[in-house]
Amino acid sequence: MAVILQVSHLVKSFGSLTAVNDVSFEIHQGSCFGLLGPNGAGKTTTIELMEGIKTPDAGSILYQGEPLGRQFRNEAGIMFQTTALQEFVTVREMLVLFSRFYPSTTDIEELVARYALGEFLHQDTRQLSGGQKQRLLLAIALINKPKILFLDEPTTGLDPQSRRNLWEQVRQVKDAGATILLTTHYMEEAYELCDEIAIMDHGRMIAHDAPDALLAKHFDDVVIQLDEKDLPRDLGEAQFMATYREGNAHILTSDVNKTIEGLLSRDIPLDRLRIRARDLEDLFLELTGKELRA
Amino acid sequence: MWNRIYALFVARNTEFFRDRSSLAWSVLLPVLMIFVFAYAFTEENPQKFKVGIVASTNPAEATQNFTSTRFIQFIEFEEVEPNLEKVERHQIDLIFDTRRFGYWINRTSPNGYIVEKLLIAAFSGASQQLQQNMVEGDEIRYLDWVMPGVLAMNIMWGALFGIGYVIVRYRKFGVLKRLRATPVTSLEFLTAQVMSRLWLMVVVNVVIFIGLDMVFDFRMHGSYLDLFIVFILGCICLICCGLVVAARISSEEVANGLLNLLSWPMMFLSGIWFSLEGAHPWMQKFALILPLTHVTEAAREIMIDGAGLVQIADHLLVLSLTSVVLLVIGAWVFRWE
Repeated sequence: MAVILQVSHLVKSFGSLTAVNDVSFEIHQGSCFGLLGPNGAGKTTTIELMEGIKTPDAGSILYQGEPLGRQFRNEAGIMFQTTALQEFVTVREMLVLFSRFYPSTTDIEELVARYALGEFLHQDTRQLSGGQKQRLLLAIALINKPKILFLDEPTTGLDPQSRRNLWEQVRQVKDAGATILLTTHYMEEAYELCDEIAIMDHGRMIAHDAPDALLAKHFDDVVIQLDEKDLPRDLGEAQFMATYREGNAHILTSDVNKTIEGLLSRDIPLDRLRIRARDLEDLFLELTGKELRA
Repeated sequence: MWNRIYALFVARNTEFFRDRSSLAWSVLLPVLMIFVFAYAFTEENPQKFKVGIVASTNPAEATQNFTSTRFIQFIEFEEVEPNLEKVERHQIDLIFDTRRFGYWINRTSPNGYIVEKLLIAAFSGASQQLQQNMVEGDEIRYLDWVMPGVLAMNIMWGALFGIGYVIVRYRKFGVLKRLRATPVTSLEFLTAQVMSRLWLMVVVNVVIFIGLDMVFDFRMHGSYLDLFIVFILGCICLICCGLVVAARISSEEVANGLLNLLSWPMMFLSGIWFSLEGAHPWMQKFALILPLTHVTEAAREIMIDGAGLVQIADHLLVLSLTSVVLLVIGAWVFRWE
């Protein structure tokens, strides 16, 4: 796969804070690249440097081998974390406005149909709900038939249904051949959508690979979860190295049979036992030591 | 490029006309002010006569008779000539030079006619011969004098806040950031904002002028085209002021303070409400650096004195040069974020 965007040794500081510290990676054409990290890790600064909204202190960003220029502006679709739209303007007028900025655009009626904007097409942009606004912003980001789409936390603040809707729409965009760069707080989102993920913390990239490869690289164990009432804290901690969170005991093991035999030999009830594979959330905690959602 | 500018121009116009409260404000404020002035100055006692007196050290008896007439306000002048303009404009009913026994009245002034009769009556039987001098000129009301200033003031508010405040708000809420992510350049964006504001102010102020003119029939001795040119140049100059203010700031409060810092001195020191003739020379010099002074004075010279573009060329030159300098600074300093 050809490289569409190449980031090398990117540095950006704000005063004494180095928000992005020597970050390098490549994004391949047609892939979905996820940028993860706790709040303040430097995700948004990184994506805004790549969008050309901020200028790096050092390092370079090449789009199809060239520095960001007019071709990039014409071919990039961007959805910010928060965007204010001009007031007193309807959804339709907003689409018309942005369509006039680009040499080649998607038909507005088609966008309206695809993102179900018809029901509020003539409403003032201030009257939209969170989900409606995200759909409009996604439609605006796609109005120029972008070859590369930047989504900065596109589903933050949306209800589960709207979130899944948006995932479906992002998948369709990807299937149509666009490259996607996504930042997110939600590991599930990254797992669902991304071919590759990079985890950032303190302005540095601390892990970068395909999601399954990352999990395989870092974990060879699974989690056995029991209710704290079934496995009391002192016993669990002493015998099974269990950790306790939210009323649950978590036992990490690479030999499930042996662990279960151990539990049975101590007459621990297993009615509420659950076994799950390690997921990105675990990986994230292990790598950054922080809860994902702040 | 023009396609993008046009799109932004239309969007901004739509926003302006749909924002009913600020639209109403920009129309109602000047109209209300003119009505207040019209009302305030018709309430003034119309029966009062005003006579200018050039006093002599040893006034004749007949002169004393005349100057003791009740219900005439006598105002002392040093010389006749510099004050004849006041007779022409009906601000003074008659000027009487008590040294030479000459008087000046306006042929078309009814008050002048009555005061003249009183003067002649006072001198009947006296040895001195009165000498009549006629001047011509239509009445000029305070309303005629203040109207160019009120329009200029409206343009100032519209230009400074309509550009300065709006761009700062766009920046603060990320509208500018979103535009930056498109192929729109800063030059295209600023051009569209300036054109939109210019167009909106022309529409609004032409409507105001025509509407008020139908009610009050303002004195207009010059050409409407020249007046239009003056106001357009004034608009451009004040819009450029707004651009400089809005170039970098992203806090509405700071912008608000700065815009007020610019607009209030102009409100009071550029001679909108009262003539700066008697003001301190320092203040008169200061007024000359305010664009609003030049707009107001040029508009007055056209409307009241019938001046052409040549006579007001100095004002036009100042406005044009200031605009160019401010525009260059504004575009140079401008940042999307």
